[in-house]
Amino acid sequence: MSHANGSYYVPHGTRWPIIGSVGLFTLVVGAANWMNGSSSGQWVTMAGAAIVLFMMFGWFGEVIRESESGMYSKQVDTSFRMGMIWFIFSEVMFFAAFFGALYYARSFIVPWLGGEGTGAMTNELLWQGYEPVWPTNGPANLGGDFKTIPAFELPLFNTLLLLTSGFTVTMAHWALKKMQRRALVAWLAATVILGFVFVYFQMEEYAHAYHELGLTLGSGIYGSTFFMLTGFHGLHVTLGAIMLLIIMIRCAKGHFTPQEHFGFEAVAWYWHFVDVVWLGLFLFVYVL
Amino acid sequence: MSTAHTHEHHEAPKGLGRWVFSTNHKDIGTLYLLFSLLMFIVGGAMAMVIRLELFQPGLQFVHPEFFNQMTTMHALVMIFGAVMPAFVGLANWMIPLMIGAPDMALPRMNNWSFWILPFAFAMLLSTLFMDGGGPAGGWTLYPPLSLQSGNSFAFVIFAIHLMGISSIMGAINVIATILNMRAPGMTLLRMPLFVWTWLITAFLLIAVMPVLAGAVTMLLTDRFFDTSFFNAAGGGDPVMFQHIFWFFGHPEVYIMILPAFGIVSEIIPAFARKPLFGYASMVYASASIAFLSFIVWAHHMFTVGMPLGGELFFMYATMVIAVPTGVKVFNWVSTMWRGAMTFETPMLFALGFVVLFTIGGFSGLMLAIVPADFQYHDTYFVVAHFHYVLVTGAVFAIMAGAYYWLPKWTGHMYNEKLGKFHFWWSAIWVNVLFFPQHYLGLAGMPRRIPDYSVQFADFNMISSIGGFAFGVGQLLFVYIVIKTIRGGEKAEARSWEGAKGLEWTVPSPAPHHTFDTPPELDDSQLAHGGGH
Repeated sequence: MSHANGSYYVPHGTRWPIIGSVGLFTLVVGAANWMNGSSSGQWVTMAGAAIVLFMMFGWFGEVIRESESGMYSKQVDTSFRMGMIWFIFSEVMFFAAFFGALYYARSFIVPWLGGEGTGAMTNELLWQGYEPVWPTNGPANLGGDFKTIPAFELPLFNTLLLLTSGFTVTMAHWALKKMQRRALVAWLAATVILGFVFVYFQMEEYAHAYHELGLTLGSGIYGSTFFMLTGFHGLHVTLGAIMLLIIMIRCAKGHFTPQEHFGFEAVAWYWHFVDVVWLGLFLFVYVL
Repeated sequence: MSTAHTHEHHEAPKGLGRWVFSTNHKDIGTLYLLFSLLMFIVGGAMAMVIRLELFQPGLQFVHPEFFNQMTTMHALVMIFGAVMPAFVGLANWMIPLMIGAPDMALPRMNNWSFWILPFAFAMLLSTLFMDGGGPAGGWTLYPPLSLQSGNSFAFVIFAIHLMGISSIMGAINVIATILNMRAPGMTLLRMPLFVWTWLITAFLLIAVMPVLAGAVTMLLTDRFFDTSFFNAAGGGDPVMFQHIFWFFGHPEVYIMILPAFGIVSEIIPAFARKPLFGYASMVYASASIAFLSFIVWAHHMFTVGMPLGGELFFMYATMVIAVPTGVKVFNWVSTMWRGAMTFETPMLFALGFVVLFTIGGFSGLMLAIVPADFQYHDTYFVVAHFHYVLVTGAVFAIMAGAYYWLPKWTGHMYNEKLGKFHFWWSAIWVNVLFFPQHYLGLAGMPRRIPDYSVQFADFNMISSIGGFAFGVGQLLFVYIVIKTIRGGEKAEARSWEGAKGLEWTVPSPAPHHTFDTPPELDDSQLAHGGGH
């Protein structure tokens, strides 16, 4: 279906995007029905997810084959780099929306509900006696009393895990540049393990929060911001760890050279991105 | 030019597969444009329902609940289905041709950006047939009202997610294409202004579409998963949604106008037969507008109860936008000064744009003034304002661009008589449609209501007559486009005497593949940069 064309490689025709569209459509139609209480919704959702996964395997597989057979010029490589950089920027802005909600709630909503500034009458008439302190589940004490996760226990350990994984992925990069394949795979394996251990501890933390601390998604604005921020971050770590795992397998199969290894770099960038988001989370969600 | 010897190897594939599996920027551009035209008709039909119901006071034709679904859907369809895809279609077709690139930078992803859209809109439009009907709380989806909709809610949210994914991928492709695929010598400050405005638009899209995704995700979890982002009882605030939404929403309105500025900046020099006046200042003005778009969002919510300092900041920041916009209008007028002007249809639409968009800009300035806005907020004055900037602004520019580049796309000239008739018909009736709405708003008629007090009857009837006439006129546009695709006078490579830029150096219709190897730049062919 495709062949090199002049200096810039333009594939001729592709089936993956339409498969991806059908998959995404099935996924969200299923999810919407599921949320509306339809019993078949979850199966449709899973079918959609399976189609999307199939598409990703196929699409990435095709790109990897083309890359390994040397069809991509320097200019194609630059296009991929720009694509990845701007994709990560879009992810940054997605998290910015949730961080923004956290700051807005802490700086404005809670004091206003407590009667500060123009909120005086709101407090007087609607929420009398509400004490505006963070953390809060709101004047109606939604979800009941709860405790928060202490920052300098498991979250601090998780921070160290992720920072270490940032170090190990950089060591892997150096090994790749020196073409020490065994070291490369070993450092990548360490990174993947650190990533999955992080995810495991996050799940432990969630279980602890739900079962012992009374902290749930329904615990007012604190529960909302806490679980949505850490939840989306955990999802991104999981995705990043799977991406690293695939890169590790590719490295073991002899892919990449010291000069050309964009796939590796893209995943490393992504990994550093989830790392940086975590530092923001640790500071603003757990410590402060 | 350099393309002539290679394109015969690469004929377009045949059949449906050509469109479904395409990686060709021209085919994908065509798909975007046709999809946009279809959505323009669908959204227009909804507008007709609205104007029909408002033709006279009292409830005539539709149930109020359905009326609310029409206003909500009309906005969603026109914004995400008609205007944005039209600009992406123009970007797909024209940017590679304008910068001498063989295709978009990421051709497979380009296909995906488009092919998500039909699914997203099938899903959005299907909600009209669900229990409880489609979304009826306005396109801005403000909670708590939007959280009270029926089964449609989750479908609408996911449809918006899909549209966002499509937009972000499209924008990433545009940026990568412009930054990485320019022919040697096509420096940034020699790029056509349409390319420049799209570069800035793409940045805005990547910056704010994820924020919209975040906002609607919070709505979804508030509705289905017990969160309290917008619930004061849990320490949240419905007003916070408005802040997050408009942090997306204000850049979004510039997403819908910056490419329009670009189109007009291509057309006016071509028909004034003069280079664009103040090219560099146009680039800087576009960038300034984009920057300012991030710090003015709360002017959409002056009446919501913000601290005084906030009201003042957002008022002044908003008024500052008039400066770069004024630079642009000044430059368009100066480009025409002592030009050898002719008035073919693209030029007529471009001139209509300059005059009528400016009216929309002025009413925007009126709305920026906080104490005045307290009177105008949520009235028909606001409706008049944003239809001047979106219909006589964005849509007129898209029409101008369509007439300007149709010869390049189809290889045929459109019927100039019909084109001119389409312009004058549209320009007259669009003013009959929207100008009286200023008076209705100033007199106090609220927006988004199916019935109204009798003192508003006359202007509403005038507005509805304008609406029906304007709506029918757009069917003429559909006819002209179909007729031009099927035949007509052969277009030359340079279809317009004064047109400059690389797109006019390839044959008309543009071959399936162009610039397989980068073209040699000839300064006299370029619209901007050296050679003048």
